[in-house]
Amino acid sequence: MTQIFAYIPFQNGVAEDVAMEFPTAAAKIDKGASLTAVLTGSGADLDKVAKEMTGLYAEVIKIDHADLAYPNAEVVRKALLNTIPAGAIVLMPHNTFGMDLAPGLSVKMNAAYAADIVNFDGMEGATLKASRQELGGAVSTHVAVDVSSGAIITIRPGSFAAVDGKTASGAVVDKSSNAGDLSAKRKFIEVVQAEVGDVDITKADVLVSIGRGIEEQENIEIAEELAKAMKTVVSCSRPIVDAKWLEKGRQVGTSGKTVKPKVYMAMGISGSFQHLGGLKGNPFIVAVNKNPKAPIFQVADVGIVANIIEFMPELTSAINDL
Amino acid sequence: MEILVCVKRVPDTAENEFELNSAGNDLDRGDLVYSVNEWDNYAVEEAIQIVDKVGGNVTVITVGDSESEEVLRREMAMGANNGILLSDDAFEGSDGKGIATILKAEIEKGKYDLIFTGAQADEGAGQVGGMLAAMLDMPYASLVNKIEMGEGKIKVGREIEGGNQEMNEIALPCVLSIQTGINEPRYVGIRGIRKVASVEIPVKSASDLGLAAGSVGKAGAKTKRIDYFVPDMGAGAEMLAGSTDEIIAKLIEKLKSKGGL
Ligand SMILES: Cc1cc2nc3c(=O)[nH]c(=O)nc-3n(C[C@H](O)[C@H](O)[C@H](O)COP(=O)(O)OP(=O)(O)OC[C@H]3O[C@@H](n4cnc5c(N)ncnc54)[C@H](O)[C@@H]3O)c2cc1C
Repeated sequence: MTQIFAYIPFQNGVAEDVAMEFPTAAAKIDKGASLTAVLTGSGADLDKVAKEMTGLYAEVIKIDHADLAYPNAEVVRKALLNTIPAGAIVLMPHNTFGMDLAPGLSVKMNAAYAADIVNFDGMEGATLKASRQELGGAVSTHVAVDVSSGAIITIRPGSFAAVDGKTASGAVVDKSSNAGDLSAKRKFIEVVQAEVGDVDITKADVLVSIGRGIEEQENIEIAEELAKAMKTVVSCSRPIVDAKWLEKGRQVGTSGKTVKPKVYMAMGISGSFQHLGGLKGNPFIVAVNKNPKAPIFQVADVGIVANIIEFMPELTSAINDL
Repeated sequence: MEILVCVKRVPDTAENEFELNSAGNDLDRGDLVYSVNEWDNYAVEEAIQIVDKVGGNVTVITVGDSESEEVLRREMAMGANNGILLSDDAFEGSDGKGIATILKAEIEKGKYDLIFTGAQADEGAGQVGGMLAAMLDMPYASLVNKIEMGEGKIKVGREIEGGNQEMNEIALPCVLSIQTGINEPRYVGIRGIRKVASVEIPVKSASDLGLAAGSVGKAGAKTKRIDYFVPDMGAGAEMLAGSTDEIIAKLIEKLKSKGGL
């Protein structure tokens, strides 16, 4: 029987949403598989989340150790290696933690690695078929994963339906004594909070958001004018912040701000999942992009194929004339 | 400080409209424009800045075909001192582990204090750095957006969710995957590339590296791409067409009804 383990990340005693998505993913891999949640941490927060997980998972393993209080991937890897049996399938999120832990774990467990999976298309023998994206979401691919000696798989958060309510009545198994030697060559020091910027994009009902399609720093003015006409502010995708054209506080996405506007104007933004990950509350999305195949058109409500440098000023003056 | 930076030649997402071929199972690769993986330029820039401060050498390395030489030259034009091309038909079809195995074989022939990769490349897996570190038994940190040099150890910042920064102390030698935004990669002009056009770049094969057939390449891959496809994403956006004036009139109506104006 396939054994699947789901690593449950949590913060301040709250499990990440992906904890509710693993059971759906696991069932898509193999309906008959056993599914076990694994949590590492320390103290009351760990106990609280572990207990909650018994409502979703038939078995919940906790590993409690002071060195696991903060999830340092090198330390977590050691704890998992001493706990999860060889040949198992291990699920974790494709986020900054999963990206830190999963590749190395797959080497140490001599298992296959499949990253950022958005769907599973069934198992044939020991070959698992899965879907993922490449080139920033511009294309989709199927991959065949040989799981005969196990697999470490990161899934894209939000890609699998969250299970609702209490679906299991499991028990917590304490495997803290298995943790073994947790000494590491990488030591966690602290988390430095992101700086608060000049404007707060998280409160805006409307956002004029620009991406790499703005092409030049001087063109940002064009977006500022549209934002002014729409009585709001400019937000952006990551490359604009990387280029230091706008400050970090303006960035929408998983490594930026989470925004909940009613209307989101995506101007020259391709629509990567890290960008869309910061867009919550099902806004009305208007996408303007010169590439008719841009992935943003798959998620937008309204799409316009145009050069934003020409389109935005026209829209601005039409709004100003209203 | 000896720094190795692993780089990759990838299709440029800014320059291409990706289409499937007529069989629908691969990209139409006819006239794809290739460039250096975006993340790698930040990794090379960071390496150059460190060496400028503390001395040493920057070596850029890639696994690829003969065309990959151009990305090595570009990074050498930025200021990397040496380039190494790992190339062999036997490497084709390697998965992440295969690539890491090939790189490891060459890395073990040298002595590096720091090994950088980009945080991810065209496949978006972000896997080679972490695998390489595990194979070399070196510590690893991904998505690094700050490096402070110290004696025998360094302080690194990792970019985590929400743009927060996780600070770590990490012993040398180590492997780091570099996130965009850590610096501002310098511009490379035609003249810079011309300057390094005749610098010799050693090419190493599977046998040079002592790699057994089957340990890398398609045969050794546990994760294989089967095909490309167009996912069923539902209806997608309502595309507004017509003259610019017509489009703007329609858009304004929609914005009014949705609370945008
Ligand atoms: C760990 C991690 C975290 C990340 N976090 C974030 C995040 O928080 N936020 C974020 O945004 N990204 C994030 N990224 C980066 C993300 O993967 C993408 O690289 C990024 O979102 C792309 O930004 P973009 O759409 O502006 O640029 P591109 O993908 O380059 O898209 C530009 C688009 O503009 C179009 N265009 C070009 N010129 C014009 C024109 N004149 N008129 C109209 N259209 C034009 C192009 O057709 C293209 O679709 C993260 C990546 C990683 C690895």
